[in-house]
Amino acid sequence: MNTLDLFALLPLIILTTSIILVMLVIAFARNLALTCLLCCIGLASTLLSIAWVGSSADSGYVTPLILVDAYSTLFSGLIVAAGIFISLISYSYLKHRGENQDEFILLLMLSTLGAVTLAHSAHFVSFILGLELVGVSLYAMISYPSKGLFGLEAALKYLILSGVSSAFILFGAALMFAVLGTLSFSEMASSAQAQSTIEHWFILIGTTMVLAGIGFKLSLVPFHMWTPDVYEGAPAPATALLATISKGGIFAALLRFFLSFDGYQYNLITESLFWIAILSIVIGNVLALMQTKIKRVLAYSSIAHLGYLMVAFVSASILSGKQLAIEASIFFLFAYFITTIGAFGVVAIMSCESQGSDKDEISHYQGLFWRRPLLAAFFSAMLLSLAGIPLTLGFVGKFYIVAAGVESELWALLVAVVIGSGIGLFYYLRIIFSMTTHTDSDEPIAIPATGGWALGTLAFLLVYLGVYPTQVVDWVSSVAKSMI
Amino acid sequence: MIMLLTILTLFIGGLVAWSIEAWNKDLPRWISVGTCIIASILIATLYFQPTQQELMLAGVSSTWYEVLSIPWIPRFGIGFVLAIDGLSLLMVSLTLFLGFIAILSSWDEIDRRPGFFQFNLMWTLAGVVGVFVALDLFLFFFFWEVMLIPMYLLIAIWGHENKAYAAMKFFLFTQVSGLIMLVAILALVLGVAGTGVPLTFNYFDLMGHQLGEGLSFWLMCGFFVAFVVKLPGFPFHTWLPDAHTQAPTAASVLLAGILLKTGAYGLIRFTVPLFPEAAADIAGVAMTLGAISIVYGALLAFAQTDFKRLVAYSSVSHMGFVLVGVFAWTELSIQGSVMQMVAHGLSTAALFMIAGALQHRLHTRDMTRMGGIWHSAPRMGAVAMFFIIASLGMPGLGNFVGEFLILLGAFSINKTITVIATMGLITGAVYGLIAMQRVFQGQKSSDPEISGIKFGDFGSREMAAMIPMIIALTWIGVYPQPVFDLVDPVLASLYELTLGTSSQWIGASQ
Repeated sequence: MNTLDLFALLPLIILTTSIILVMLVIAFARNLALTCLLCCIGLASTLLSIAWVGSSADSGYVTPLILVDAYSTLFSGLIVAAGIFISLISYSYLKHRGENQDEFILLLMLSTLGAVTLAHSAHFVSFILGLELVGVSLYAMISYPSKGLFGLEAALKYLILSGVSSAFILFGAALMFAVLGTLSFSEMASSAQAQSTIEHWFILIGTTMVLAGIGFKLSLVPFHMWTPDVYEGAPAPATALLATISKGGIFAALLRFFLSFDGYQYNLITESLFWIAILSIVIGNVLALMQTKIKRVLAYSSIAHLGYLMVAFVSASILSGKQLAIEASIFFLFAYFITTIGAFGVVAIMSCESQGSDKDEISHYQGLFWRRPLLAAFFSAMLLSLAGIPLTLGFVGKFYIVAAGVESELWALLVAVVIGSGIGLFYYLRIIFSMTTHTDSDEPIAIPATGGWALGTLAFLLVYLGVYPTQVVDWVSSVAKSMI
Repeated sequence: MIMLLTILTLFIGGLVAWSIEAWNKDLPRWISVGTCIIASILIATLYFQPTQQELMLAGVSSTWYEVLSIPWIPRFGIGFVLAIDGLSLLMVSLTLFLGFIAILSSWDEIDRRPGFFQFNLMWTLAGVVGVFVALDLFLFFFFWEVMLIPMYLLIAIWGHENKAYAAMKFFLFTQVSGLIMLVAILALVLGVAGTGVPLTFNYFDLMGHQLGEGLSFWLMCGFFVAFVVKLPGFPFHTWLPDAHTQAPTAASVLLAGILLKTGAYGLIRFTVPLFPEAAADIAGVAMTLGAISIVYGALLAFAQTDFKRLVAYSSVSHMGFVLVGVFAWTELSIQGSVMQMVAHGLSTAALFMIAGALQHRLHTRDMTRMGGIWHSAPRMGAVAMFFIIASLGMPGLGNFVGEFLILLGAFSINKTITVIATMGLITGAVYGLIAMQRVFQGQKSSDPEISGIKFGDFGSREMAAMIPMIIALTWIGVYPQPVFDLVDPVLASLYELTLGTSSQWIGASQ
């Protein structure tokens, strides 16, 4: 370990230091505003250091566990930026919820650290380390501020299922280790070449188990059962974190694993991923139709969106379309981050005055266009982006997904995307429509400043990057090129 | 630059109208009028443009008033390409003209959120203008979808009793067919890139490439479905009557007047020139669909008691002529299609305005409850008579010229279909005159709710909207040459593009 290595680790060091700092400050003075401020400063300096390291350090391994390159820079930047937005929204959400809310922010930073570790991981040890860091912080966050039963139920559900899925991943990794004798992604790839048939089956089963575990965490069909209940029971900022930072980090690690290890060489796995993508899209969208609660709608829609993401992921199995597919997955995830944080942010802002569970019945949003035009406009923009309508980032994301599918000629997946988007429109528009209807209730809704500005920035980014995505496209495309 | 300025004017005008609503409820509509005036002046300067640009379109020269090309997303070869030729210019002019009419027709109909209403109106116009001038397929698709959202909101917020259902149906049909087109666009672009050309979405560069027969057939179908849904042609027409019935008057005017025309425009501009062979292969099917639309639309129109539904089904019937004309693909029939687009835009917009005026006064669209309105509203009766006559294809008015040319051109291609299509002229007279009789002539309504209403005739504002349309329809009916002068060079070059395959056109459809 030399100075250059330490420099490459700078983002992780800064993030960890600020977590310790925040913990100490909470121990001495409980003040939510101060905690949030420190958290934002810590995350912002992490973000700056990521940019600095990304632009000046050479890419390479720092210890066998951590790989710093353009790919990790992009994902960790995305995750930390998401952390900043979620902490701002959390501040508005927690402010009126009584005492002792500071640890929520601490947990938020911890799970961000976990996800950043995932983005850097090139080894099963760092992969599982990051995974557990995200998971364990989330257990507490899900049941944190509300003392109701729903939160506890959700946390318990997530605890058990997430524990099981981690066990799956561990066992799968162990099986592969037994045959290959290494846990580093790239070394696994080279020693996998020289194996006999029986040992191939070990690898195949191991990879399948890892995939099943990751499928749980990404809430892909058929591993999706926990999603709606957990989304509904968790406080909105925690849901936003679960849907973006946690899933984004895990997907980053998954994509890295598959590209280094070349998991696509196993037809059986590619084919099952193909069906997982189709099922996620269809089942996610169809079940979303039947929901009356916004958080449950968003939960099912996130299942469908992860299905779209898997379309790009599967497209990478075809050699000629590999670069475009990697690009598409990264860009789609980028769009998904902004949109999802924005959508849950609106739910959080709507519920920031209520003491109990979140306001997520569709009826709470009736007439929002006339009571709070700006908030309603933000929410509509987010929903239209989820539906993939132009002028929003979601459109460019969907464009990418379709392009990846066409380039790899996976027509069946494209049919699923088209049908899924058609069904999706129905429930997104239903929410927008209910916001335009008139209600007699003129119950005022206060928009808190911090959360409001965070939402406004997200909405601006959503539209600006939806109209002029050129820079992001170029960045993502150069990263994708470096991954091949 | 002029086209970019026009589109920006409309976008910004919409935003201003929305934001000014907080201060004054009357100002937004004046802002819209101002916006439309500025946009029209900008577009009018193009008519006097002395120089025109020559561009090669797959080896055929074509003339353009103005071409603007700015790189946008270089990674995919996507450019911000706006170009306007005679056909686009005609459609844009129609759009802005009907924009004025839409503002006038909603002048005091909207009392809820007038600023947001005008915002949606202006953004619909901006999207439609964009569709007519965008010649980068990505940009085209972008505008194609952008125009849907404000139209959805217009129906969903200011619509009538069953607005949620109608708005949703409208959006779903057009959006899903749009997605199919997006897949086709991407497959076309990546397919062309596969032949060694750099990745591009530019219309000019995509033209004239040989893709495999199977691939180009499926791509053509992708475009065809999106445009025929919008047109709308049988069997994709079911969204139209619902959307029209529930939409507020201004939205109906825009929907019938210009949104449907984007479908026809797309067929002429994209489907046939990009895939001439594949289009020739399905010409017979497409013309048959057109003929079915004509007859079926007319029959259903005859069966309606709801005035707006009647006009909506008559639109299906009239747009069927356009489908027949485009897929007959003779010079005469394409000219006829363009003329039919303009004439139908004007006459149907006027009929929807009349329907809106009736509903505004009587609070019903049910024709069985109306009757004898001519006595109390002679001006309205006369105007309605004029437009119904126009829409049934009376010689001397625009619609006749369009339909006649389409039938003339299509006759040499397929006699059976042409004969069936001609029936549309007769049935058109039947449902048009029935509507006239039920609403304006006969006994005054004995319905207690309706006979009690003091019926106001058309005022000066409404006549100010109607008279220009009457003049325009008469003018293109009696002296259509200026329109042909405008679009002929365009149609001729598009026709020349497909000339190598013209023998197939005739072979395929007989």
